Amino acid sequence: MNQREAHITVKDLTMAYGDFVIQRNLNFTIQHGDIFLVMGGSGCGKSTIMRALVGLKEPAKGQVLYDGINFWEAEPGERDRTMRRFGVMFQRGALWSSMTLAENVALSLEQYTDLSPGQIREVVSLKLAMVGLSGFEEFYPSEISGGMQKRVGVARAMALDPDILFFDEPSAGLDPVSSRRLDDLILELRDSLGSTMVVVTHELASIFAIGNNSVFLDPETRTMIASGHPKKLLAESRDPKVHKFLTRGEEGARKQ
Amino acid sequence: MEIEPGQYEMSFSRPNEDTLLVRLAGNWRIGGRLPSADDVQKQIDSGPRIQRVAFSTEGLTDWGSGLLTFLIKVIRQCSRKKIRVEKAGLPKGAVKLIALASAVPEEKGSQKEGVREPFLSRIGESAIAFGRSVVEMLGFIGEATVAFMRLLKGKARFRRSDFTLTIQQCGVQALPIVSLISLLVGLILAFVGAIQLMMFGAQIYVASLVGIAMVRVMGAIMTGIIMAGRTGAAFAAQLGTMQVNEEIDALKTLGISPMEFLVLPRMLALVLMMPLLCLYADLMGILGGLIVGVGMLDLTAVEYFNQTKASITLNYFWIGLFHSAVFGVLVALAGCLRGLQCGRSSSAVGDAATSAVVTGIVSIIVATAIITIICNVLGV
Repeated sequence: MNQREAHITVKDLTMAYGDFVIQRNLNFTIQHGDIFLVMGGSGCGKSTIMRALVGLKEPAKGQVLYDGINFWEAEPGERDRTMRRFGVMFQRGALWSSMTLAENVALSLEQYTDLSPGQIREVVSLKLAMVGLSGFEEFYPSEISGGMQKRVGVARAMALDPDILFFDEPSAGLDPVSSRRLDDLILELRDSLGSTMVVVTHELASIFAIGNNSVFLDPETRTMIASGHPKKLLAESRDPKVHKFLTRGEEGARKQ
Repeated sequence: MEIEPGQYEMSFSRPNEDTLLVRLAGNWRIGGRLPSADDVQKQIDSGPRIQRVAFSTEGLTDWGSGLLTFLIKVIRQCSRKKIRVEKAGLPKGAVKLIALASAVPEEKGSQKEGVREPFLSRIGESAIAFGRSVVEMLGFIGEATVAFMRLLKGKARFRRSDFTLTIQQCGVQALPIVSLISLLVGLILAFVGAIQLMMFGAQIYVASLVGIAMVRVMGAIMTGIIMAGRTGAAFAAQLGTMQVNEEIDALKTLGISPMEFLVLPRMLALVLMMPLLCLYADLMGILGGLIVGVGMLDLTAVEYFNQTKASITLNYFWIGLFHSAVFGVLVALAGCLRGLQCGRSSSAVGDAATSAVVTGIVSIIVATAIITIICNVLGV
């Protein structure tokens, strides 16, 4: 495994909706096998950054490089190939409501592999079992709970064993046990398959449990104000905003 | 990633009598044809005294879900035959992921069985469902009436801005499409009539034909159908999406009746706007007839106008307006009913919109038939 090599590089990235700048001048590098966290309070543009990384929203300025390939300036074919290396889990699952859970997970396998229907069924069962939903193949998304929908979203994202998995707020709305299970799954997939994980989150428990690198976005200055291992950030960062975030504001409250 | 077909290799050996050693090598990622666990099964069956299966994976270059599904199947087959599977030779990550996948037992009874109901039972089911939907529809009409009564008493709770916004959406904004369709319908009626009437030299009666047809019923029917497709579907889609997003539940928890807050303003707006649109459609239809009359039949505009004026009475207008007010209620009811009945998924919103249009158009036609019969009996 080519560990410690830059997998995703973000250079001078600026995201904006029209004239309204969400985040500017972002620079960070995600190594192969990293569990990289995009942190920050609600509304700071975490999800927007993820949309730029996964090819859903073109940045206003700057570059996103995948193994050195400039994603947004690449040929459409090249870009498609790069996108097929991703798996993306959306905030609320984003399952296709007219398909069963099995069909949701199977779609990419049907489109991009030569597996037989029987083998696809086996892979789908495996993926659903990995997220703890064995036996729910024939259910429709509207028949299961929101937390379960999210887990199916994870199963769908990892259908093709992608090199990079993106998670948008994976543990929000999950019970503590499921949330912990999902964290374990993220760690396990990274350790076993060497996938790179990019996690957009503001759940402190997950941040310290899984992250080994991170970037902290600030909604006021609209740029990154810290980066690095979250535990190190907690110990070493002098920025009061970062500190407040990583301690749930408890230190500030105690001082008062 | 172009997914390369897996270049996997698998070979078997028997280091001692009761052991089967499976040697796995190459690339075991998903992509191409996956290896079959049945090959292992065949090996086990060929040596009846095999008590355990072990793996050697030194030559394994890369692996993914392909290896995992293979291993899970082998383990399942072996456990059925009470053969021990040695996991020591497998990649550690694979063992962990298999453990993870089997950590939560399969939800028993959650597998849906595809039992096909017998024919008669299906007929019965749909008859019961039909009965239930009729009861639901009647209940909805009842609730709408109660809400309307509360409005008359000045107790209904809704926002005036919603009401005016809906008036704008289903009134002014519908004018372009109503103009186009009514003009063309008037034109078509005139054409069809002209061919027959010209045989008798009675082309002047094209004006009567178009005038009476448009004013009495066609204007109302055309606006009704346009509004069912345009506004009825929009109501259903909007309320359906609100249902999906739990917005309607949020209203209920505040003690606000969705019937008053959502249905009432829409229904009132449509009932007010439909007769106005109908009048406008009548005018456009007559204009369409005029274009044919003047352009093709050598009538003058004044002749055409006088003939139209002579043949339509105020009664016809009232009948037309009554039609359109009824259609307004029907389209709004169909749209809101289907919207509120919507399931909790995006495909259910599509179904709701479709069903609103179908219900709207069917009820428009049925209502027209009933009103026509009543008018006949009353002699108007």
